Amino acid sequence: MAEAAVGGVRKTDTARPPRLSFTSKKYLTYGVIVIMGILVVLVFQFDLSFMREWLPYIARGTWFTLILCFGGIALAIPLALLGALGRLSRSGVLNGIANFYTSFFRGTPLLVQIYFIYFAFPQLAFKPGVPDFLEPFLVYDVIFAGILALGLNYGAYMTEIFRGGIQSIGHGQVEAAHALGMSAGQTMRRVVLPQAVRVIIPPTGNDFIAMLKDSSLVGVVGTVQELFNRAQVVGKAESRAFETLAIAALIYWFLTGVFSFFQGKLEKRYARGHVREEAHDG
Amino acid sequence: MTADLIRVENLEKHFGELKVLKDVSLNVKPKEVVVIFGRSGSGKSTLLRCINFLEEPTGGCIEVDGTRMECGYADRARKANVREIRMKAGMVFQEFNLFPHLTVMENLIEAPVTVKGESKKEATERGKELLDKVGLSEKAEQYPIRLSGGQKQRVAIARALNMRPKIMLFDEPTSALDPELIGEVLTVMKKLAEEGMTMMVVSHEMGFAREVADRMCFFDDGVILEEGPPDTMIKSPRHERTRRFLEAVL
Repeated sequence: MAEAAVGGVRKTDTARPPRLSFTSKKYLTYGVIVIMGILVVLVFQFDLSFMREWLPYIARGTWFTLILCFGGIALAIPLALLGALGRLSRSGVLNGIANFYTSFFRGTPLLVQIYFIYFAFPQLAFKPGVPDFLEPFLVYDVIFAGILALGLNYGAYMTEIFRGGIQSIGHGQVEAAHALGMSAGQTMRRVVLPQAVRVIIPPTGNDFIAMLKDSSLVGVVGTVQELFNRAQVVGKAESRAFETLAIAALIYWFLTGVFSFFQGKLEKRYARGHVREEAHDG
Repeated sequence: MTADLIRVENLEKHFGELKVLKDVSLNVKPKEVVVIFGRSGSGKSTLLRCINFLEEPTGGCIEVDGTRMECGYADRARKANVREIRMKAGMVFQEFNLFPHLTVMENLIEAPVTVKGESKKEATERGKELLDKVGLSEKAEQYPIRLSGGQKQRVAIARALNMRPKIMLFDEPTSALDPELIGEVLTVMKKLAEEGMTMMVVSHEMGFAREVADRMCFFDDGVILEEGPPDTMIKSPRHERTRRFLEAVL
């Protein structure tokens, strides 16, 4: 059947010049789309010098974006671990807490959560009867509020990733550890988690990249000067929204590319896992 | 008279309606090798798994080297007692269950270091001797994925021995192995028996049983139908069911 198909292709080929390979076609198409984009910019006379002028200012927003992301992931990972252990726990209370956590934070929009933490909680602090010492727990700096919201939200999503990773480790491993006298905690720390990490890392990388983009939602509240916020503020003030948003979009895209690259490397490393040892002297 | 190392009294294990063990009693003396055989589903593996509490017995009593546990209800000392028993009874599984993220030597020293708090050096010293004993000294730095099934099982035996158990429980140790790899594992087990290790072995290797076992127990439908020295057991079993089973496996 494969031969027949090849024959069929050859017949039409005689009438036409040789076809391009799939890869060249792919990149050619890619290039055409980029050129069309550039043409749009030129035809509609977007202000390139304006873009050049404001690029450094908007680009500096990257720092805040990265602070939000790294802060968010640093909070999300321990939350996801606790959430996963809670959801796997035989304790009804822990299970209930973990279930509520994931259900609530996955079931409500991130933007609403950000507004809640930044605008709604402070309002609580000034209600009559709320003791003063609670104030620092209810009123946050906007960066901190952003990190908190991103961390809580992504922690809830990543709980499922961690749970899947932990569950992917066979019960035989747990039994072997128990039979050697290891406690439940030792078994989790020394046997299950080190193996689960291989399963957990690739999707966690994915979520990190998603968070990079979702951090723009924190810019919406208005006082964190991350990428999107800067682009939007400048765009509005100068009536050049297209130009500034294009800058922000390209920077997000670039950052995503960079992190995808590293994620790919990481994924490959963990996929190779034991096989690497095999290559050494096998 | 020496005290029994293992006492199993009136042990019962139910999985819901299913009664897998019905009133099983069995004592094992120091240095004794007991081979347990019987149809799959007869409860022989469950007995072994109950002895170190990988399965929670429904009722009865288990005593391992003086640590006695009444089964079927929980009390404060339970957790500590279970761990004590598990440290005294080494277990070897059908599927080896080596830790794939650790090298062979790391597999051997993991429990002595984390559970008993031994120094790495001390545990490694003993680990080397044990690897030597199972004939795998040169594999110490390998990961389990690089080993054959027979080698994995020998490492698993060494790993259990490195906890210096009083008794070894073998749960069908050769059932997952290719036929040509069974011999090397049985050789190690034979050596262990000769050194005076007390052993309970769930196995259908009748050659091994005849050569090494002091006593054989035939499990049938949750009870020990009959037991006796291997020669009489294999040549002239009392029960029809034992005879039929032996005909099938021999």
